[in-house]
Amino acid sequence: MERLTPPPIRRIVVDDDPTVVAAPPPGQAPAPANGTVVAGSPLAPAGGAAAGATGTPGASSFVSAPRRRPATEGLGTERMHLEELTVAYSGKEAVKRVTLPVRQGEVLALIGPSGCGKTTLLRSLNRLTELTPTATQGGRIVLDGEDTGLLEVTQLRRRVSMVFQQPNPFPMSVFDNVAYALREQGTKRPGKAALNEPVAEALRRAGLWDEVAEDLDHAALRLSGGQQQRLCIARALAAGPEVLLLDEPCSALDPRSTQIIEDLIVGLRKDVAVVIVTHNLQQAYRIADYVGFMYLGDLVEYGPAEEVFGNPREERTREYVSGAFG
Amino acid sequence: MEAHTTPLPGAAAPAPRTRAVESTATWRRRDRIGLALCWAAGILLCLIAFGLVAYMAVRGVQYLKLDLLTTRPLSDLDQSKTGGFLDPIIGTVILTVVGTLLALPLGVATAVWITEYARPSWLARAVESGVEMVAGTPSIVLAIFGLLLFSESVFSFLSFTAQGGAVFGRSFFTAGAMMSLIALPLVFGSTREALQSIPGHVREASYALGKTKAATIRRVLLPTARPGIATGTALGMGRIAGDTAIVVILLGATLQLQSAGDTPGLSTLKGTGSTLTSYVYNNSPAGEGNAPEKAYAAAFVLLLIVIALNFAIDLLSNKRKAPTWSG
Repeated sequence: MERLTPPPIRRIVVDDDPTVVAAPPPGQAPAPANGTVVAGSPLAPAGGAAAGATGTPGASSFVSAPRRRPATEGLGTERMHLEELTVAYSGKEAVKRVTLPVRQGEVLALIGPSGCGKTTLLRSLNRLTELTPTATQGGRIVLDGEDTGLLEVTQLRRRVSMVFQQPNPFPMSVFDNVAYALREQGTKRPGKAALNEPVAEALRRAGLWDEVAEDLDHAALRLSGGQQQRLCIARALAAGPEVLLLDEPCSALDPRSTQIIEDLIVGLRKDVAVVIVTHNLQQAYRIADYVGFMYLGDLVEYGPAEEVFGNPREERTREYVSGAFG
Repeated sequence: MEAHTTPLPGAAAPAPRTRAVESTATWRRRDRIGLALCWAAGILLCLIAFGLVAYMAVRGVQYLKLDLLTTRPLSDLDQSKTGGFLDPIIGTVILTVVGTLLALPLGVATAVWITEYARPSWLARAVESGVEMVAGTPSIVLAIFGLLLFSESVFSFLSFTAQGGAVFGRSFFTAGAMMSLIALPLVFGSTREALQSIPGHVREASYALGKTKAATIRRVLLPTARPGIATGTALGMGRIAGDTAIVVILLGATLQLQSAGDTPGLSTLKGTGSTLTSYVYNNSPAGEGNAPEKAYAAAFVLLLIVIALNFAIDLLSNKRKAPTWSG
């Protein structure tokens, strides 16, 4: 049986491996395995110390808390770039002239109060905003050097896939949910036998394989909420995307499931660029390498998580991360 | 009112309640009479339904003999020689199948267009009121309209043509076409309801995987709506099996199946016949046959068919209680 190859997608060659870009600081132990909670990771205490030194009110409340991710490995490979992106609904601007890189090897978290445009920004990355008839867009989004507006939208969405706030598996079996992403438009080809391996691979990457391997015909909607959300992640990973968008993926889940998914996200960033929108500042702090703070459509501040949380440049960011509003 | 507080430890347990928190005994008389009427109405309806079935069962079983189901109806003055109602049973089945086969794709396609496209909006509004209008049209009006329409010579291929070129306009095809209009609003309605109950983020999940709208409809939305579609279809079948006016006017109301032409199968569909409803009508004291015993027996069989369909609907609707998306 021939192994399944997904439909041809042109990719640029990535010369430098993001995992080896920055050498660990001398004297530091090598980064531990993914998902390990590292108390006092190399950069976290620095951020905490900075916050303490400048006397940031309240901002240090969780900055010294353990982070799920290992040390930052330096700048990753840039996969997407937003240039002066503006999105408006019926002429009212929801995202205003945002310029932002999205890199593989890093988790980018977008934070901000409700209605600040972070979900709109996320949805414009794979042109889901086009489903809203009143939405208009200005500026450019580039994926691996290509303007996303010029790409075939179905191709773009295979390369930039998305996980939603509500777990939304399709009402079919676990297997079919993942296979759906791998099959051609509207057909049942390739058949089940050819898809066994890629489906299992996607489920393994999403950390769900051990729980569902015995019964892949299990109805997806009978899984628990956390399992459903991991199934959605497996589905989004199945076609081998370059960028994974997550829109508050844990807001409907319990703390234990949240923890599993956070570990998963941190583990995935090596292979895909991850952008996550979250309301939960602690979560952003735990998993993000870079953080963008949005307020009323503006990207107020963008920088390494330690800086945004520990020593924000902008007053509005300082107030938000310290809980003064939100 | 007495304030309820948590008793202190060691204190005596509160006295057990002697009456419900809210009892209708405290209601005003008008409200109590209203409640009693609601109870009475529900019970009365149950009694009517059970009485109907029981009465028809007693009468039906009394007159129903196996040979009635297996012999063809004959025209004879002697009641013992008028045969059974095999042909009407077959006629009911054929007509239901023809009507359903026409209504199902039409209704589902219309519902998909209304829920997933519906542009331009004036057309969507026109389609919706069109379906409502069809649903509200009495079947006798549909029947007479159908007779007018299908007697046109362009539709001569649907029924038999008399010598001299007059198109008869009555056949299983033409009756089935009009019957489909009776089932169509039911199929449309329940399909649309099922599609609308699928949350928008499920559609977006499919688009976000790079699927087209067509692929989403075929592989996600229609399979999800299947229980709803099946329920609507079963409802429509019940309506078709139970309709009389269209059969009397558009099926020719010949007791036996009368083929038109020589092609097997097709000739039956082009031909005329009867169904259980028209058989009951004809044999009731109001009709020409005047054999009430056979009418009772046939009515009982018809009732069984419709009840079976209703049970099928219940089973299908229960499947809808399958797990669904949270929130």
